[in-house]
Amino acid sequence: MWDNISLLVIAPLLNVQLLMDGVLIGAIFALAAYGLALVWGVTNVKNLAQGDFVIMGGYIAYVFTTLGIHPILALPVAMVLMFGFGWIIYRLIIAHVIERDLFTSLLATFGLALVIQQTLNLIFGPDVQIAESGFDILFLFGGQVTLAEIKLVALVLAGLLAAMIVIFMKTSRMGQAIRATAQNARAAKIMGIDTDRVYAFTFAMNAAICGAAGVLISMIWVIQPFFGISYSIRSFVIVTAAGLGNLPGVIIAGLGLGAAEQFSGFVLGAEFQQATVVGLLVLVLMYRQIQMRRQRRVVS
Amino acid sequence: MTALVKKRAGLGSILGQAAILAFGVAAPFLFPAYTFQIAMLWIMILFALTWDIMGGQMGYNSLGNILFFGAGMYISAVVQIGIVYDVAEYTAAFGAIKIDFTEAQYYIGFALGIVAAAVGCTLFAAIFGSMVFGLRGPYFAIGTLGVAIAAGELVGGWDYVGGGSGISMPVFPGDVEPRALFFYFLCFISALATFVFLRWVYSGRFKTTINAIRDDEEKAEAMGIHTTRYKIVAWGIAAFFLGISGAIFGNMIGFIEPLEVAFPTVTLGIFMVVMSLLGGKGTLWGPVLGATLFHLLKEVTWIYLLGWQWVALGTLIIVNVVFFQQGILGWAQDKWPQFFGIVVDEKLSAQGAAAREAAE
Amino acid sequence: MTDMIEVSGVSKHYGGVIANNQISLNVPSGRITGLIGPNGSGKTTLFNSIVGFHPIDEGSITFEGQEISKMRVPQIARLGLLRTFQQTRIYGKMNCMDNMMISVPQRHMPLMRMFKKFPAETLERAESILEFVGLYQKRLLPAGSLSFGQQKLLEFAMALINEPKILLLDEPTAGINPTLINGLIDRLRRANEDFGITLFVIEHNMRVIMNLADNIYCLAHGEMLAHGKPDEIQNDKRVIDAYLGAH
Repeated sequence: MWDNISLLVIAPLLNVQLLMDGVLIGAIFALAAYGLALVWGVTNVKNLAQGDFVIMGGYIAYVFTTLGIHPILALPVAMVLMFGFGWIIYRLIIAHVIERDLFTSLLATFGLALVIQQTLNLIFGPDVQIAESGFDILFLFGGQVTLAEIKLVALVLAGLLAAMIVIFMKTSRMGQAIRATAQNARAAKIMGIDTDRVYAFTFAMNAAICGAAGVLISMIWVIQPFFGISYSIRSFVIVTAAGLGNLPGVIIAGLGLGAAEQFSGFVLGAEFQQATVVGLLVLVLMYRQIQMRRQRRVVS
Repeated sequence: MTALVKKRAGLGSILGQAAILAFGVAAPFLFPAYTFQIAMLWIMILFALTWDIMGGQMGYNSLGNILFFGAGMYISAVVQIGIVYDVAEYTAAFGAIKIDFTEAQYYIGFALGIVAAAVGCTLFAAIFGSMVFGLRGPYFAIGTLGVAIAAGELVGGWDYVGGGSGISMPVFPGDVEPRALFFYFLCFISALATFVFLRWVYSGRFKTTINAIRDDEEKAEAMGIHTTRYKIVAWGIAAFFLGISGAIFGNMIGFIEPLEVAFPTVTLGIFMVVMSLLGGKGTLWGPVLGATLFHLLKEVTWIYLLGWQWVALGTLIIVNVVFFQQGILGWAQDKWPQFFGIVVDEKLSAQGAAAREAAE
Repeated sequence: MTDMIEVSGVSKHYGGVIANNQISLNVPSGRITGLIGPNGSGKTTLFNSIVGFHPIDEGSITFEGQEISKMRVPQIARLGLLRTFQQTRIYGKMNCMDNMMISVPQRHMPLMRMFKKFPAETLERAESILEFVGLYQKRLLPAGSLSFGQQKLLEFAMALINEPKILLLDEPTAGINPTLINGLIDRLRRANEDFGITLFVIEHNMRVIMNLADNIYCLAHGEMLAHGKPDEIQNDKRVIDAYLGAH
């Protein structure tokens, strides 16, 4: 461990490499986390299957590559498919738990997560997959720092997507209805907003966002049926750190988490990746508890 | 009057308990081929009972209780080996070192291991609990889930306890059959002890208070209830018995490793939740019933599901939670309240009120 | 006469809205003190500040000389400072007796007692307090099946069995059938006299508070408007103006 830290001091460019990789992947974490915060804020459902939606999107891209189609083209397809999937899941499960207590929604989405990961495992097997994008690798600083072009492409796409969501939420009628419902569902209902439709749309949109994030992940990193849970935990870490309805906070926390994971992966070893995420979760939660205690409140 | 009601409702359960006790003692002799499966049944019952303390009675859904099972396993392993040998050297040899434990060394080590596992896990729950019990709901569920998953990884990277390649446990000094019986009865007794202990703590202040935390924690706080203390004790109880079961299970299996045996978050860790839900969470008998049914179903159907069993498991959770949340016992209680002493309760209250009115 | 609660210079704002501005008041020990004011004058905010529901911006709150403005709800409750809620909060699924048993004070409870059964005298005490508020007959019914007024009485009984030194009541008569109000006033007074509990009461019903309280504070627009004996308050021009809206 100390060897690795001293390596970072001796070769400062390594820091650049890790930071860059972290930020590029963190942008995609932020995307999934934004979806979680959206559903959480609007429907009050804490979706434990968030990460599994991401992985589903990734497998859609993977299927594209096996068919010989470039995975980037899977992006719109994954979004549409996942939107439909989200809508169905809403009708089948979420609609029944939305008015109920927290226990119900948590465990129902936990069950959903199991179903998704196990089905993916049956279809694709437990091997780690990647959606090969065929882009080049850039060499910076005289070849000491490498940067896969696809990561830049993914960053741009993630940014575009985020911008589209923001514009959609600000300007479209559905976006306004979603924001109104998030603030006060009962008032929105009285004002004639079909809140059930809003919930369904929000949940489906979240699935679509996750699907897109999954496509990007599958091109720049790896996917595996059981990786979903770590994306769920990452999303929770980010949302917990940033708070609901705080897009800039989500982006910053997402980028920060990406970088923190890269550094800890380098220093401690890649096998502690999930432990790092969980460690960060516990740290963030403890910080929030101390913060709330000062306000005489609890984290709930 | 309340005592009278309790006594009458207890009659059925006394008969049930006697039958279960008789089955528990006779089973390995009646069905010698299934001793291991029935031993597993007792462990499953212990799992469901301990999960229900937090999840059912207190409304705190821990998705990572398996943590204590694995921790108990490792604590006992280290203690058992540690009393006769250097643990680091033993694990570094990856099973190449065979230690001959004398009979006394084996049993004393095992007993110490169980005690250490129980105490260690309880302490662990208290420390970890005081860190996370400021958290409510989703944070608690995801926090515990995450920690259990991370625990497997961390132990896997810890060379002192053998890392990913695990530890071979001390070999039982005896033949196959006595060995099976020995572990069978340990499993049975630990489940029985859990049940009896929980029946005792559920009969008084403890249960009322943790139910109050479940129903309205803010009100409970406003009444000055030591909510954090109760939460830690509840989790400590769960950890105590899970630690014991982990120590027994590790020795019964004979070889422990972090991911599949000690911290199987997505198998045993989830079974706990499913079994409590199925039988009826928040009741004493529900987890027992749920565990029995689930274990039977699983043993019978598992192999015929051809890999789809895990999907079926997830579906079972969803259907159970969304459409059948009261569980079997809760459902029966709604349908035939007279068998659960609920009607008697009401009658008595009406009579009591009438008698009092007459007296006034 | 000592003061049980001393609030001095307490301010609390929500965003730009100042709910309490430099409020100071004293609640004398063993008496019944009233807190009145038009809607939105900051009464419940002040209650919440005292019992620890939210932090205060400035000022100090002491209970029997001890600073409590940084403590959290359960700690304050264990000191013997209890409140009831404007919207009653009881455990609807449990019966009234269980509701009472939960509320038995845990102030000096040894750790191991949490596993014990409730002693017979506690059960008797719970029954006698239910008798006192007139709910004895309903003691085995689920609390959720009681009427709103009865639930309020149950919450009051739960507070009594907790043996507080002081009880903060947030509109005890709101939503109660007018014919029951006299009985409630009587019980509040007896709680004060027989059980020795200091009361601090928010009340909208002028008749009730004038009958009940020894001295009354009046808030308006987050400011302390007036303080005095009931008849002084009744004749205070500023109070009348505040209530009539001539401000």
